[in-house]
Amino acid sequence: MSNNILEIKDLNVSYGGIKAVKDISFVVPKGEVVTLIGANGAGKSSTLRSIVGLVKPESGSIQFNGQELSGMPTDQIVAKGITLVPEGRRVFPDMTVLENLKIGAYMRKDSLEEDLKWVHDLFPRLKERSWQLAGTLSGGEQQMLAIGRALMSKPDLIMMDEPSLGLAPLIVKGVFDIIREINQQGVTILLVEQNANMALQAANLGYVMETGRITLTGTGAELLENEEVKAAYLGKAKK
Amino acid sequence: MEWITKNLPYLMAGISVGGQYALIAIGYTMVYGILRLINFAHGDIFMVAGLIMVYAVTVMPMPLAIVLVIAATVALGFFVERAAYKPLRSAPRMSVMISAIGVSYLLQNLALYITGGLSQQYPAIPWLSDTVTILGATTKRVTLVTPVLTVALVVVLVLLIKYTKIGMAMRAASRDFETSQLMGIKLNSVISMTFVIGSFLAAIGSMLYFTNYTGVTPTAGAMPGLKAFVAAVFGGIGSIPGAVIGAFIIGICENIIKGLGWTTFSDAFTFALLIVILIAKPTGLFGEKAIDKV
Repeated sequence: MSNNILEIKDLNVSYGGIKAVKDISFVVPKGEVVTLIGANGAGKSSTLRSIVGLVKPESGSIQFNGQELSGMPTDQIVAKGITLVPEGRRVFPDMTVLENLKIGAYMRKDSLEEDLKWVHDLFPRLKERSWQLAGTLSGGEQQMLAIGRALMSKPDLIMMDEPSLGLAPLIVKGVFDIIREINQQGVTILLVEQNANMALQAANLGYVMETGRITLTGTGAELLENEEVKAAYLGKAKK
Repeated sequence: MEWITKNLPYLMAGISVGGQYALIAIGYTMVYGILRLINFAHGDIFMVAGLIMVYAVTVMPMPLAIVLVIAATVALGFFVERAAYKPLRSAPRMSVMISAIGVSYLLQNLALYITGGLSQQYPAIPWLSDTVTILGATTKRVTLVTPVLTVALVVVLVLLIKYTKIGMAMRAASRDFETSQLMGIKLNSVISMTFVIGSFLAAIGSMLYFTNYTGVTPTAGAMPGLKAFVAAVFGGIGSIPGAVIGAFIIGICENIIKGLGWTTFSDAFTFALLIVILIAKPTGLFGEKAIDKV
């Protein structure tokens, strides 16, 4: 049994004839933070969406704990222990904060008490605001709620699509602190980000995507030092 | 006193018809809430429920026939969704609506074929069809039962949506299909459930409605269906309390107009109301509002 929780091989994803993801292969080792960085339209989100079955991949294989996922409906994939924190948070605005957390555990039949406590410890703000409608939360609070909601399903792998998008720098730092903390508690994380600097600092392993292909691979530290990455994503000119 | 005896029947009839419209209107509004689809076949499902009763009582005792009507109508609603709407899940909304119109005509013409186009005598349901006298006004007992039963069913439905897991899934799905799926919600089951509930209420509504009329024709569902649709739009389509209140208002207004001796205009009133609502307040009384961040 390999140590990779997720293995992607030769994945292709198209939208109406336009290829968004071209023949990519990558792995996510168990227990680590892995990041997929790249510019707008590089195919990062499409990759995540195809992993959870929201878009059907054209070809290729997606294996989670050795099981093939491609072709499965989303609810079954989620039941296997993968969850996606979608881009733009997508909390349910007319439900309360507590209801949003509970719906994250929709498939579970066991007691939620312990996990609610866990999420409330991670995000005390969500506890204070339990009865508030999620639509009235600030952007940062909504992001916390979206992450908390995902955690409620007790996932083995949590994928996050641009969790720092549109948030103030201080809040972004908070989000990354939480990502590290969740990871230390044993959840594997696949992070898609445009904020390459923060993402690579948090990640054990990084992949750089450009126009549908993976062009660079390395540990977070290696990629941070890489001249091309520096020039393209970190805003530092080549010497 | 004489004034009451003279006008009470119209008011009671109005409340009663309003309740019957409400039971149909919930089916429209729930399906719209989730699929953003006006299910034009809903009125015809209501008609089919009436026909099933006509044929069922000829071969079985009334209590059994009532159970069969409910079960068969629910099955029909479920089947229509699976056959005509589910394959079009990712198609443009217009395609699904055309499919709904197709189902509507299919059901009407099937009914025409089976009944030969003749009005079928609706059986008298014992107890419901009995005559009672209130404050000097005589009416059928169904007139009194309808509003009570309607309100009770609506309360149960609202509680179901607010406090149960499937209700939570319905609210989530009506907001955001993709994110609901990410929560592990089986979208197709949730959608089927809304059709099952809508058809169940239409079946109950049909028994209350047709008891007041002599017969069921293949197009008998069209008019109450349209009125219920107007009620749903009036109340704010997607909102269950809105549909119920809209239905009661329309039912009462129609019958008051009839009471004033303008029977010819009672239908016109309803549709004029639709036009006014669409111009003045397209979201209806309780239509969806966007939430502002604070």
